[in-house]
Amino acid sequence: MCFARSWSMERVVESILLISALSSALIVFFIVLFMLKEGFPALMLGKDFFLGMEWKPSHDKFGILPTVISTLIVGVGALAISAAIGVPAAIYLAEFSPPFLRNALKACVEMLVGVPSVVLGFFGLMVVVVFIRDFFGGSGGGGGGECILAAWFILAIMTLPHVVSISEDAIQAVPRSLREASLALGATHWQTVREVVLPNARSGILASLILGMGNAIGETMAVSMVVGNPNIPSVPTSVFDAARVLTSTIVLEISYAVWGSTHQHALFALGIVLFAIVAFLNIITTAIVRREVQKKSV
Amino acid sequence: MRGILCVFALIPAIILIILFSYIFSNGISAINIDFLLNSPYMLERGGIFPQIIGSLCLVSVCLLFAVPLGVLSAIYLAEYAPDNALTGIIRFFVECLAGIPSIVIGLFGLILLVHYLNFGISLLSGGLSLGFMILPWTIRASEEAIRAVPRSFREASLALGATKLQTIRCVVLRNAFPGITTGVLLGLGKALGETAVVLLTAGSGLESFIPRSLFDPVGSLPVYIYMLATQGRHSSTAFSKASGASLVLLTIFFAINVSALLLRNRYIRRMRGEIA
Repeated sequence: MCFARSWSMERVVESILLISALSSALIVFFIVLFMLKEGFPALMLGKDFFLGMEWKPSHDKFGILPTVISTLIVGVGALAISAAIGVPAAIYLAEFSPPFLRNALKACVEMLVGVPSVVLGFFGLMVVVVFIRDFFGGSGGGGGGECILAAWFILAIMTLPHVVSISEDAIQAVPRSLREASLALGATHWQTVREVVLPNARSGILASLILGMGNAIGETMAVSMVVGNPNIPSVPTSVFDAARVLTSTIVLEISYAVWGSTHQHALFALGIVLFAIVAFLNIITTAIVRREVQKKSV
Repeated sequence: MRGILCVFALIPAIILIILFSYIFSNGISAINIDFLLNSPYMLERGGIFPQIIGSLCLVSVCLLFAVPLGVLSAIYLAEYAPDNALTGIIRFFVECLAGIPSIVIGLFGLILLVHYLNFGISLLSGGLSLGFMILPWTIRASEEAIRAVPRSFREASLALGATKLQTIRCVVLRNAFPGITTGVLLGLGKALGETAVVLLTAGSGLESFIPRSLFDPVGSLPVYIYMLATQGRHSSTAFSKASGASLVLLTIFFAINVSALLLRNRYIRRMRGEIA
């Protein structure tokens, strides 16, 4: 009797646990469902929406192409900066750094991950934007100084910690035997790093960069504070141009979009496009990592 | 060559130092008792008391939602989940949820919680949306902590005749507790600094009152900073208030992170001590 009761109790608990575990799936399902439902009327505009060059809500024109292009430019540029700094930094941390310095620098990197994006945006607005305005003489559009370059800087700061820590993990994951073989052949430490370690860590580093780009594109507050957001989005022609990205358009316009209008639907459709781009980048990352795991296990 | 690489490695630390010293030197002059204990009015005047309380309320609602759900999911994934398609699907969706940009979560909160469920722009909508955002992090951290409990502990408990449920409750969870707490603290830091979600679902940030119920709109520090920084750009008062609020936010954030780190280190030491 006692046995039977405790057995059924176990079953009840197990099903409660299963239901909790399913909640994440349920949330994702509802997110996709509601986003599609709300964005559907705008997605149905088809070519005018995806390839349209004009975004003028007051004239019922909802072309997202300039916004998407700006988003990609901002994402790629930020990534290039953070890769140029982050990969050498990761090499140093993984290969050359004395332990005390490594611990201190890793703690800094971890701190930098969590700095609230609005604080970084505020810093960007007051320091980076002002610097660009003073230094390059307000050649940018909008308020002057708020431009793609500023967004690159701020996003590079935000993605840098991810790039550093994931690349460092990838470099450290290169088997010890490979290094030892190279050193035994008479190669110097630096030659070993360049010829043996880095080629082997390549896909891990690549994964960190793609993941970083996904983060950069999905970032909202910091970018929208420094990127300028002109009233009419256009394809930027220089790094000093103000631009509009997907996230900043959503967060700025959702507050005054009339509920139920095409404008509101179009903003949700922008959310879908953003979600799709980020999901695509995440899938590539996962695929790279998985292929690497398979290669290593063979 | 090594020197050049070292310079690159120092860049994150330098950025961090510049950022903190900038916020500190500009923010410290704004902070006084009036600033901390008064309500804001006319955009940049007054203090940030309702914002501090609001942020804490939002984070509490968020944790009340995300922690129980996250820990229960983690127990399932770590202890019960068979190696089958369903488990694969659950894991896939947890990863998915972690990858969704926060603004999309905000839009979802706006449409489902604010409009369909009619919670309005409120503490409840904001807290739950933040909860959706940090749920995957809570699950991952808790699962890792549960998996880190040595197998021998479980076996000892089972050998003494305890059921699986008793083992999980009295042995596994008790030993995983510090690890779970660390994960929760880190999630809390993330929720505390999140702006986009809160801006869309909880309020405009300049509310001058403390929420009386779950259905009141609520101000929060990040949205307050955003509002002052973007709307009051050319006024030095707004600038100094925004710096002050940033400093308060960073201080709370720091306190949370440092306690998470300390807890983690102590936990690692204890686990090592017990195993050795």
